[in-house]
Amino acid sequence: MTFEPKILGFLCNWCSYAGADLAGVSRIQYPPNMRVIRVMCSGRVDPVFIFKALLTGIDGVFVLGCHPGDCHYLEGNYEAEKKFIMVQKFLKIVDFDKRIRLDWVSASEGARFAQVVTEFIESIREQGPSPLSGENIDQELFNNLKAMENSVSSDRIRALVGRQRRITEVENEYGEKVPIDEYNAIFDGAIHDEFVRQRILLSLSTKVLSVKDLAAELKLDPSEILENMLTLKSRGDIDYQSIDGNTPLYMRI
Amino acid sequence: MSDKEEEPRIGVFVCSCGSNIGGLIDVKALAEYSKTLPNVVFTEDNLYTCSETGLAQIKNGIKDHNLNRVIVASCTPRTHEPLFRDCVKKEGVNEYLFNFVNIRDQNTWCHQKYPQEAFEKAKDLIRMGVAKAAKLEALDNIIVDATPTALVIGGGVSGMTAALSLANQGFETHLVERENELGGRLKTLHKLFPNDQKAQLLLDNLKKNVGSKENLKIHTSAQVKNIEGFVGNFEVSVEENGNNINLTIGVILVAVGTSLFTPTGYFGYDGKIRITQHELESKLNNNDVKAKDIVMIQCVGSRNDERVYCSSVCCMTALKNALVLKENNPKSNVSILFRDLYTPGTHYEDYYRRAREEGVVFIEYSPEKEPSVEENQIKVYNQYLGEELLIPYDLCVLSTPLVSNNDNKALAQMIKVPLEENGFFLEAHVKLRPMDFATAGVFICGSAKWPVDITESISQGYAAAARASTIISHDTIEVEGATSFLPDYNKSLCTGCEVCIKVCPYNAISKNEEDEIVITQVLCKGCGVCGATCTNHAIIIRHFTDQQILSEIYAYGGKEV
Repeated sequence: MTFEPKILGFLCNWCSYAGADLAGVSRIQYPPNMRVIRVMCSGRVDPVFIFKALLTGIDGVFVLGCHPGDCHYLEGNYEAEKKFIMVQKFLKIVDFDKRIRLDWVSASEGARFAQVVTEFIESIREQGPSPLSGENIDQELFNNLKAMENSVSSDRIRALVGRQRRITEVENEYGEKVPIDEYNAIFDGAIHDEFVRQRILLSLSTKVLSVKDLAAELKLDPSEILENMLTLKSRGDIDYQSIDGNTPLYMRI
Repeated sequence: MSDKEEEPRIGVFVCSCGSNIGGLIDVKALAEYSKTLPNVVFTEDNLYTCSETGLAQIKNGIKDHNLNRVIVASCTPRTHEPLFRDCVKKEGVNEYLFNFVNIRDQNTWCHQKYPQEAFEKAKDLIRMGVAKAAKLEALDNIIVDATPTALVIGGGVSGMTAALSLANQGFETHLVERENELGGRLKTLHKLFPNDQKAQLLLDNLKKNVGSKENLKIHTSAQVKNIEGFVGNFEVSVEENGNNINLTIGVILVAVGTSLFTPTGYFGYDGKIRITQHELESKLNNNDVKAKDIVMIQCVGSRNDERVYCSSVCCMTALKNALVLKENNPKSNVSILFRDLYTPGTHYEDYYRRAREEGVVFIEYSPEKEPSVEENQIKVYNQYLGEELLIPYDLCVLSTPLVSNNDNKALAQMIKVPLEENGFFLEAHVKLRPMDFATAGVFICGSAKWPVDITESISQGYAAAARASTIISHDTIEVEGATSFLPDYNKSLCTGCEVCIKVCPYNAISKNEEDEIVITQVLCKGCGVCGATCTNHAIIIRHFTDQQILSEIYAYGGKEV
């Protein structure tokens, strides 16, 4: 049997959902692989939603909003874009970023809607079924995506992405504007660290492990693990459980 | 709010829409399938759910099976949700407990060669809709009082027209003009197309009418300093002659017009013998034109990289002034160097025809080979002759564009409305809502939106006044209840980080004196950006809650993760 991708689309009410309706009214045909969740604005799409969808084994997630400058809510699509780019950055770590896409379709672009949806479905078809679909899922990938979901749920990452436009495009409370490169450097670092931390927490939630064990499991340098463990310990997320010979074992609190 | 513990009892009505849906997929089988879904207690298929019969079936379903959630699987919520919401409301079910599943516009119409796949898609969509419906909560629309007063910002022809129209309808109207007298651009114009009426005459008439209305308060030498509040209840502070006035306003009309462009550096502009059309109008008013050889150059400073737009009034201004010059001195030579001539409509084209009859010379130039203005002659390349023409002149008139005001941005931020790329105000929708802004209770007319002539300014003034009166002719305003919300039980989650305040495009979120986040429901448009941004998941987006959306995701994905 050929692989039929299972696609989820988040469509904003005012532009892309209307564009999708127009495709129908114009009887423009496209493959029947996508299911739509209507939101009022693409800016409503919480990054958590995208990870949740991928974790259920859905093969691809499409977010569609109004064209830049056309947002019914003035700037919601810009906020959507910032969040989407962040999700992409996370997914890139595990080479899964091609399974999500963001695009703009206006209420008058029925043909364009059909076109971008067809292209996305075909791109997912080429990538094949998600390793998280079916009975035997890739547990390591699942854990990685779960850690990412927890990362985008964390206040640090949410605060960074929520403030991004303000501090890089307008200015912060102190009248300063942060250059986008500088911001990206901070943000990329935060994404990497938060992912590692959440991954550690996930591993420690089911068993007690040493730094060495974690480094082996996560395929990371023990010094990096240790550094993040110290942060987690100071945040009160983990603590020593026992000492195995000379090696301290950690547990999640 | 309904009792949260109430067990969902969902009814699913699957519409055949004649053959639009039923012609491709088996709606009876869909209704049968829906019965197997959690919390569904009743299902039915209808030929046309939106018909009298269909609506009666929904009502009977609610009555006979004690339904507290209703789903219609049919066309699209964008056209039919209001009808079905109204139907369930009449039967005592809160309108927000209705959920729409789109199986026509986004399914059967688009997958006509794939009936089996379309059937499976419809099943998935109904399953997702049922999952969301189970989590839906009853909401109330918000009713707020409306103050029946209007504020018109800008006392030009459009603003005066709008203010007069509102005052004539009996509304207390405040007209704010920054200069010390009303009139705007009309004050300095000579004659008006298309009837060659003296601008002064129209102005005197308008001013007389405006000044005679008791319920129309004119504030000259006045500027809007601050606007707070929301539709029906704006608190506006105006500085008039150095004094501060506070007004409570129901609706706001923006009629701030445009600014003039000074073409320094273009074609040797000097304000003396090389002047703008606007300066020519003043000269004509003062009977101060002695020149015999007059050359006009069109599109000076517009339709270029810096200002890509066409200012729309300059072609007609040039034609009108050329005819005035010819009338004043039939022996004068008038040439118009143009890129394209824009004279839409019967009246305007007539000016072009008359100008040709009167001997006005029209020469097309291309932006690649612009005319060069020398001491007392102008060189222009004529592409049809394939050679350069030399035209002597003693007055060169440059047709410059109307440009957006420098302080538009400040006003736009005050009333939370967008500007387009050239700094003009951007309406809510160019065709569907041309006089409205996306912000409720704020309207736009005249050249503030785009350079328009006097005729159009007047039409737009009336139009904006009519739109504004639809709000203030009611005592109350009903606002959608599906808004952002910070429930008491979530207040402990709020860390006070203020990110929600920053991302809200409508200033609906603020901090109160106790440093707590407060969401002003009536200002909120329900976009949900704050909810997707909230750093600690404290804000709830009603009708599109995390739980509701996740239930849809899980229903499609087949498991909870």
